Amino acid sequence: MLKDFFSKKRKYASIPREEAKQDIPQGLMQKCNNCQKIFYRKEMIKNLNVCPNCGYHHQMPAYDRIDALFDEGTFEEWDKELTSANPLGFPGYEDKLEKDRQKTDLNEAIVTGSGSIEGKKASVAVMDSRFRMGSMGSVVGEKIARAIEKAGEQSLPFIIFTASGGARMQEGVLSLMQMSKTSVAIQRFSANGGLMVSIMTNPTTGGVSASFASLGDYNFAEPGALIGFAGRRIIEQTIRENLPDDFQTAEFQLEHGQLDKVIARHDIKHTLSTLLDIHQSRGGVS
Amino acid sequence: MKQVLEFEKPVVELREKIAELKSFTKGSEIDLTDEITTLEKRLENLENDIYENLKPWDRVQIARHSERPTTLDYIESLFTDFLEFHGDRLFGDDEAIVAGIAKFNEMPVTVIGHQRGKETKENIRRSFGMPHPEGYRKALRHMKQAEKFRRPVICFIDTKGAYPGKAAEERGQSEAIARNLMEMAGLQVPIICVVIGEGGSGGALALGVGDKIHMLENSTYSVISPEGAAALLWKDSGQAQRAAETMKITSYDLKELDVIDEIIQEVRGGAHRDIKQQAEYIGKVLADSLNELGALTKEELLEKRWEKYKQIGDYTEMEPQ
Repeated sequence: MLKDFFSKKRKYASIPREEAKQDIPQGLMQKCNNCQKIFYRKEMIKNLNVCPNCGYHHQMPAYDRIDALFDEGTFEEWDKELTSANPLGFPGYEDKLEKDRQKTDLNEAIVTGSGSIEGKKASVAVMDSRFRMGSMGSVVGEKIARAIEKAGEQSLPFIIFTASGGARMQEGVLSLMQMSKTSVAIQRFSANGGLMVSIMTNPTTGGVSASFASLGDYNFAEPGALIGFAGRRIIEQTIRENLPDDFQTAEFQLEHGQLDKVIARHDIKHTLSTLLDIHQSRGGVS
Repeated sequence: MKQVLEFEKPVVELREKIAELKSFTKGSEIDLTDEITTLEKRLENLENDIYENLKPWDRVQIARHSERPTTLDYIESLFTDFLEFHGDRLFGDDEAIVAGIAKFNEMPVTVIGHQRGKETKENIRRSFGMPHPEGYRKALRHMKQAEKFRRPVICFIDTKGAYPGKAAEERGQSEAIARNLMEMAGLQVPIICVVIGEGGSGGALALGVGDKIHMLENSTYSVISPEGAAALLWKDSGQAQRAAETMKITSYDLKELDVIDEIIQEVRGGAHRDIKQQAEYIGKVLADSLNELGALTKEELLEKRWEKYKQIGDYTEMEPQ
């Protein structure tokens, strides 16, 4: 019909929904998960993914973390070619891995290597929670164990940034055993005088929190990071009571004596640099 | 009333029928000997069929059987002069873990194990065998003492997992487990771990970093319970049976994955059928392990331990391009 060519005048003014107002073009803008304010993505990245308004620490992709930590051009990656197999023949596991590889440009949930922090060389392992929730399977365990072994051989300190929901279900008991494997590696490294620093970022829970994340000579965390062993929901079901809001946050763990310090992301590089410096020169005791 | 497991029902029913017939023939003149012999033959076949072909879920049921022998049961039948000691010297005593010293074939040993209760009251006292941090710290205290006095450590693993609670988190459940993993890794005496029931996740592993890891045939060892896995993976805890198969949690699975050393044979139908016999099976394997490990120097022991754990895992390594 001819009249269909003429649009009708709307009777009502349309007001966008509250959610629609906050819909933002992907890539250009980013909304803070905490205060909901919108920022230029560039501005957020420049601020190390920390909200310029409220200070909320957003997740940090592994390579961004490495860029922020090491002196330019000093990082050398280790064992990048390690990828997960499907030892249990778990249905759909390979597809999930492939999807996350595409999404993150990572081979696995962890990047290891070495570089210099304000001139002091260190080895590092950085977990990335975007890949399978940062869960620990055979590759994560193996890369950590190798990095620690190499750190020992090269007499380097070992720094780990954790971000993980725990063991990876799809690799079953092999995931669980990575807790032992990494712990045995740390024990050997430590017994030879190696320095290990753990920095727990959001989230660090389950099998990761109950193994290497807690085994640093110094255990730090970023503000607001979720840190704990058992999940909140499971605990609430078991004890049948509501838990306080700050339960299992970095601040909660600090208060209960489980951490050395909570360090804002902007201060991490400098704190590590100072710490490495103090450890570089042996103490006055022979 | 004895607990009858779902898959054993046909056996139990047939056995009852035979008993009924036998008592019936006693009081009457009808001769049913032939029928009884046929039925007995059938029972034997049925038993073979069922017990030789246990499915993962059947084994989970046996591992959780209410009469399944616990750490203290095995301690009683395997060791002499057992002395139990309490407390972590930091907070309290966690009865979900028992620990002490004893003799095994005249050799002094330290024994540590998860401990479930046999009835509700005891289960509450022992948190259903789910330890708090003080339990793991008590265990560690005993391990360090074993190291000082050069005793091997024997750990019995039998827990659904570490206790999920507010207090446990506040006192550092993660740290307590992690600390044990690392300290066990470096302990300069042999450690032998035996999974006797359920080996549930990190809570089991905190007593599980040994030079030998053995599993009773019908025990399980897993990163998460079948129910938990089903809820997480398929949003349906009712699919636990399927999860038990997918997750590969039986002794045979773990042997195949190269995670454990030996499968310890179980009495047919499960360890609860004959604790004494079961203890004998365990004792034999323990003796072999102790002999083998006792011949190593401290350095060899630790080197072998590292080699053992280093190889666990499965991954692909592409050639760098």
